[in-house]
Amino acid sequence: MSRKSAQAQFHETSGNNVVVLENVSMVFNKASESLGSLKEYVIKLLKRQLFFDKFLALDNISLTIKKGDVFGIVGTNGSGKSTLLKIIAGVLEPSSGSCMTKGTIAPLIELGAGFDPELSARENIYLNGALLGYKKIFIDQHFDEIVEFAEVKDFLDLPMKNFSSGMIARLAFSVATVIVPDILIVDETLAVGDMFFQEKCETRIRKLIDVDHVTVLFVSHDTHQVERICERAIWIEHGVEQTRGPAPEVCQAYRSSHGG
Amino acid sequence: MAYTRDNLKKDAFILQMLVSRDFKLKYRRSFLGIAWSILNPLLMMIVMAAVFSHVFRFDIPNFPVYLILGMTLFSLMSVSTNAGVLSIINAAPLIKKIRVNKLLFPLETVLFELLNYALSLVAVILVMLYFQITPTINILFLPLLLVYVFMFCTGLSLILSALSVFFRDMIYLWGVVIIAWTYTTPIFYHIDLLEPWMQKVMLFNPMFHYVNYIREITLWGVTPNLTNNLICFGAALITLIIGLLVFRKTEKRFILYV
Repeated sequence: MSRKSAQAQFHETSGNNVVVLENVSMVFNKASESLGSLKEYVIKLLKRQLFFDKFLALDNISLTIKKGDVFGIVGTNGSGKSTLLKIIAGVLEPSSGSCMTKGTIAPLIELGAGFDPELSARENIYLNGALLGYKKIFIDQHFDEIVEFAEVKDFLDLPMKNFSSGMIARLAFSVATVIVPDILIVDETLAVGDMFFQEKCETRIRKLIDVDHVTVLFVSHDTHQVERICERAIWIEHGVEQTRGPAPEVCQAYRSSHGG
Repeated sequence: MAYTRDNLKKDAFILQMLVSRDFKLKYRRSFLGIAWSILNPLLMMIVMAAVFSHVFRFDIPNFPVYLILGMTLFSLMSVSTNAGVLSIINAAPLIKKIRVNKLLFPLETVLFELLNYALSLVAVILVMLYFQITPTINILFLPLLLVYVFMFCTGLSLILSALSVFFRDMIYLWGVVIIAWTYTTPIFYHIDLLEPWMQKVMLFNPMFHYVNYIREITLWGVTPNLTNNLICFGAALITLIIGLLVFRKTEKRFILYV
């Protein structure tokens, strides 16, 4: 209940802020993750090993992103970037602190949720679209656009198991970006398809940024790319904020600490 | 975020898509396809009726009708909860990728089985025609009964799906419980066959009440009284509430365990 009312309050008072993270920490329990059965649980409980071995993926991160911001997140592998994105996307619930967002989110973190290899491409577009929160009428209207962008027009009624991995990735990207969201979350590790399609993807994302003025969260360990695209950035290492500010400065600091 | 009409619409669309996926996958590449939903209970009934009326010589009037009514309703519960146990675990790839109302997954398994049950009613009608049983006006209670059973199964599936995320043992344990439950519910025998103390215990078995209810309204032409309805509804409501509480309390931690 408190979360609901806080969210309602946020909508009234936040003004231009579309993402507000307050003192967000994320703790993973390494010991309990491997517990598979009641027996193991009881044994560990008796041995008092159950709640040891905590892993702090994010440590007290606060962040405010305004409407229209293009915000970068840099850090090495395992620094907590993806955890942060998943919290903002609403997939993960933070262990402590709060995360509030306003508007629709298009998370280009992991694509193709719900794709079933036995179903046809047509059926998968509707299933995936529904899971992304699209309305049926919206998918009906944008169906041709999705198909055209993904370049799968001739294979619409084939089961997806016959598709190449490139085709699946194209279709997934196409469904995910057909909407103009309020917040776009882009993970750079999401390199989709061949060179030509990657260019097409970048053009589409650029259009969302430049034409539609969508708020963007961009994650990368390629700092040059972050500098090129983002205005502001944050650098996270081992779940702890290192520095934040204008993108060039943050990227410079990140590079110099890694001997580059 | 507060649950709005818009959320409800989106969730309904997701449910519709998931159910239609399951239908497409279930009979994929089978020659008779959806006809199996009707044939399966029919064939099962014939086998069971042959065994129990010739080998055990139960003396129940219209035994095949008695049998198929109980069997189909009980299997609605057993099949949907058996699928319900796995519903969250099977949805793990989805839950890890996107933000989605997790309650939809156990709910979907029960909805899917309810639709299958509706198809199996065609088999029931065929058997009733064969034995020339004319339903009375009491058959109109059927939708009410289905609401009770739907609530009951959803409640169970919510509890089971949540618990099995943390303890996979639930999956196997539930299989055993279902077997025991099948034999302790008067599906292919009559309750009078039981010892008096067991008959008393049976009053605490919701499935006994549901199976009895459907036989009353279709086979025996009896109007279920208020007490009957209250028992059936009460058991369903309590199960559903417990299910919702358990699920809501644990769902935030699912992603760490699936």
